[in-house]
Amino acid sequence: MPIAPSAAILDAWHVFSAAAEIGPGPYRSTLLLDTRLDYRRGTNGEVEVRRRDTGAALLVIERYGFAWTSLGSPPDDLFSIPEFYEPDRKNMSCGSLGVNVSAPRAVENFLDMGHFPYVHTGILGEEPHTEVKEYDVEISYERDEILATRCRFYQPRAALSADEGQDVEYIYRVPHPYCSVLYKSCPADESRLDVIGIFCQPMTEETIRAHLLQSMIDDENTITAMRRFQQTIFGQDKPILENQYPKRLPLDPRAETPIRADKSAIAYRRWLSQKGVNYGVIPQAA
Amino acid sequence: MITLYDFELSGNCYKLRLMMSILGVRYDIVPVDFYPGREHKSDWFLKLNPFGELPVLVDDGLVLRDSQAILVYLARKYDTTGKWFPVDDPALTAEIEIWHDFANRITGTASAARLTITMNYDFDLEKAQSGAHQLFRTMDEHLWFAEREGREWLCKADHPTTADIACFPYTALSEEGGISRQDYPAIRRWLDRVRRIEGFTAMSGVFPASRAREAS
Repeated sequence: MPIAPSAAILDAWHVFSAAAEIGPGPYRSTLLLDTRLDYRRGTNGEVEVRRRDTGAALLVIERYGFAWTSLGSPPDDLFSIPEFYEPDRKNMSCGSLGVNVSAPRAVENFLDMGHFPYVHTGILGEEPHTEVKEYDVEISYERDEILATRCRFYQPRAALSADEGQDVEYIYRVPHPYCSVLYKSCPADESRLDVIGIFCQPMTEETIRAHLLQSMIDDENTITAMRRFQQTIFGQDKPILENQYPKRLPLDPRAETPIRADKSAIAYRRWLSQKGVNYGVIPQAA
Repeated sequence: MITLYDFELSGNCYKLRLMMSILGVRYDIVPVDFYPGREHKSDWFLKLNPFGELPVLVDDGLVLRDSQAILVYLARKYDTTGKWFPVDDPALTAEIEIWHDFANRITGTASAARLTITMNYDFDLEKAQSGAHQLFRTMDEHLWFAEREGREWLCKADHPTTADIACFPYTALSEEGGISRQDYPAIRRWLDRVRRIEGFTAMSGVFPASRAREAS
């Protein structure tokens, strides 16, 4: 019997499909929080979603090229990514990829710079440049999100538009228990930042679909080539994610030993604990 | 010059990248947005391959499809040792063809399971997984007996052939389709041997052999 998600998850918006993949015609089906959903684009162009068990119609919003719904009472809007609406950006889904892992494990891996030289060798890192330098993390209670700033890492190929290695600056946001947005130095324009988002659809506690957003400044490369770059990286992460044990993220600070580089992960686990998230995690014993 | 129409996460495309890397053949890549773009079903791609399937390899104007057929082509044309697809021993050539067919069966099961889980394809997941397990049991047994007779590769030769390259990718990616290799120790040892072939290259989801072992 699946566990009942607490309010922090039940009342949140959750991604369930790339918007472009929802057409008119027969309903398509997916799983969200152990609940079977059927969805299609109605004749008026609006996305329709209903629960298969009760037949209830659910609320839908389309944001950042994806469709989001909620099984509870969601807030008025989703977290904001203002850069997405800048006219010269190339926005794209890089796919919605099924992964046998919990959503929090996937988010935490996304926040981790320590694995770059070992898992993304020659792209996002390479030996001997393995040090994660000191960076800042804050939990903003006002915005209800985690912010990691001043992250710097040497990357041989930070983006498809990069033709040489460079020290890349990162800013990470975690504005949703299962979503993270990354801003990184844009090789094509020093004054701006490329935006990469990972939006996890919790199908069950231990399986997700990872919906990948890229919002890039890049006049040179095609969408196909930029998608390929991101899929190559995520494809390298996938077996690492799927071999994590336990699959659910332990929130007890003593459960897994962190190092200094894991500062953002520590904040993330604490934040999930404080929000009372109980789904995809192993809650701290009371 | 060779051009490979390629999708990074495709095991059948990887087969050719692996073969060309081992043979030291240079090639260009044209990325095809198989997912989410479904570009392999687009008008321009269907003109190249009416079957709407990756990979496609173009060599000096010659357009080839079907990953196993292309393996044979690459081996016959570019392998100066003549070992990857030997034609002077009819029994061995036939044996290689048997494993090429086996590779297609692995694609039909293990790859189908992976597509279902990873890219939301609508295949019968349990059927695909149990089909793959059936094949892997056969393959594991075959490799186990081969090892007992002092052989390391799928076919009766003292060197790897295109059969090993053909069967490697979707076996190595099976866990992405929820197919564990825990019960197939001979397969696991064979996968490691393939990873140690000179010129081996990895893909997303397939790791190279550990460097620590190489250094020792």
